[in-house]
Amino acid sequence: MGRYVARRLLQMIPVFIGSTLLIFVMVNVMGDPIAGLCGERACDPATAAQLKREFGLDKPLWQQYATYMGNLFTGDFGTAFNGQKVTELMGSAFPVTIRLTIVAILFEIVIGVTLGVVTGLRRGRPIDTGVLLGTLVVISVPTFVTGLLLQLLLGIKWQWISPSVRYGSFDELIVPGLVLASVSLAYVTRLTRTSIAENKRSDYVRTAVAKGLPARRVVVRHLLRNSLIPVVTFIGADIGALMGGAIVTERIFNIHGVGFQLYQGILRQNTQTVVGFVTVLVLVFLVANLLVDLLYAVLDPRIRYA
Amino acid sequence: MPEQPHEPEGAIAGTGMGAAMDLGVSEAETLEGTAGGPGGTGPAGRPHSLWSDAWRDLRRNPVFIVSALVIVFLVFISLWPAAIASGSPLKCDLAKAQDGAGPGAPFGYDGQGCNVYTRTVYGARTSVTVGVLATLGVAVVGSVLGALAGYFGGVWDSVLSRITDIFFAIPVVLGGLVLLSVVTSNTVWPVIGFMVLLGWPQISRIARGSVITVKQNDYVQAARALGASDSRILLRHIAPNAVAPVIVVATIALGTYIALEATLSYLGVGLKPPSVSWGIDISAASPYVRNAPHALLWPSGALALTVLAFIMLGDAVRDALDPKLR
Repeated sequence: MGRYVARRLLQMIPVFIGSTLLIFVMVNVMGDPIAGLCGERACDPATAAQLKREFGLDKPLWQQYATYMGNLFTGDFGTAFNGQKVTELMGSAFPVTIRLTIVAILFEIVIGVTLGVVTGLRRGRPIDTGVLLGTLVVISVPTFVTGLLLQLLLGIKWQWISPSVRYGSFDELIVPGLVLASVSLAYVTRLTRTSIAENKRSDYVRTAVAKGLPARRVVVRHLLRNSLIPVVTFIGADIGALMGGAIVTERIFNIHGVGFQLYQGILRQNTQTVVGFVTVLVLVFLVANLLVDLLYAVLDPRIRYA
Repeated sequence: MPEQPHEPEGAIAGTGMGAAMDLGVSEAETLEGTAGGPGGTGPAGRPHSLWSDAWRDLRRNPVFIVSALVIVFLVFISLWPAAIASGSPLKCDLAKAQDGAGPGAPFGYDGQGCNVYTRTVYGARTSVTVGVLATLGVAVVGSVLGALAGYFGGVWDSVLSRITDIFFAIPVVLGGLVLLSVVTSNTVWPVIGFMVLLGWPQISRIARGSVITVKQNDYVQAARALGASDSRILLRHIAPNAVAPVIVVATIALGTYIALEATLSYLGVGLKPPSVSWGIDISAASPYVRNAPHALLWPSGALALTVLAFIMLGDAVRDALDPKLR
């Protein structure tokens, strides 16, 4: 186990460097990082040169990347072009997005798993077909459409919620969390359903039934425990994706989280903000994936990592 | 010993583009399917190929028929939008802004006084073009790279696997924002190029796995023993038997690319006005949603229906091509 973790950590290094370098190059090569500094018009050459020197942009790209990463490991994420520390921006943005992600994950677990169990146990019945079609529709409707429609219905037509989020507290994030979770929720339902339906025919379930256990206990203690293994791994891997994918949801509901900061940073070509946030997101994604793999071994004793 | 047991799920979660998971809808026709398969024989004693079996299944699947009809209709209106919509999608009359349905405008007018019906019809062309071309690009690049990695293995395989890991670690919408925010060209090509750039790892993983499975079959060994060259083995023996999973994933991905194009256009980095795209229209309609919800609902509905049609088609094709999932 220890050796496996060590090997996985080592494997994470090239992926981490590769993906951050990719974003770094994209932001730097594709855009002009100082273009946003002189307002609407272009910078005059002298100012541009001075700004470039100031931010170290006259150095070769690999050197900029190395300097940036070096600073990063001492906790210095740099300063946004408006003078605000990137770490400060993160301090205000990440708690909101983490709360949003928690709400989304809760929806996936509660609704997704429940629907999956119900349909998996009643395969082929009308409720199964209905839920399956429902998940197809949810998967098909892009998140921004779901978000705008829910905002229109709940926020404007019926006025159940405020159409825009002010403080980012849990109660405000219920509907945005549902929107963010929607597609994954459909996948969790389908995954649980397949898994339950598959395991329902297995020997240990037949044994449990033959022992005369009540149906409830068979489902919860025997069937569900084993069927949830792939679901847990999916949800774990989804954490990173949800945090990175919150851009659209945060924009619709005006949530000032990670996605909002990234969107602003990209539009204003604020290199430090974008690269800093993406680096953290990539780290979250990689660590979540590693934890999921380890969790897999804990949940399924048949899997042993050498 | 699986190294990354959750890999397929993780891949999907990582990109948000994939939908390689169990989308199985129809579980009918089990008896028909088990008779066929590659090399199997049908009741008449005639050999049935996987493809003819699949086609027979598909023709009887209502999901396939409905989605195929919707797609044929979409392709038709993207080729000849003028056939069902009169006027130009760019001709707008501010005096009619936010008006409801009227003569010649069954869907009403949007915030700029453009005819929502005409714009919705013309928007299909963008979506279908982006979806089809991006899928073709991704499928070609992904399956070539994946097949080579799966067939030859070794260093190239490890390098490719690490590269795909890198691409999976970048959230798709985020990558799109970064790459496309600096593009000034207002055509579909940058969007398609971006999708190919970030989408190929998904297909290459599938193709690699599929080729590795097929490679171990006896007929491949036999071909090699007979002295067939690598290219002949790959093209004549492996490719026809390994392509089914790629087709399934690519069909479902087509729907997700259409959704992605609309999402990017909604965020303002995909296509920009005066291009006509459902994403642009939805984005433009959202500030007026209190007074003119129809301008938001019609393009949203068209988008959802289109994506649904392609995902259902992919679903039906998977059911037909993969007898194991029945």
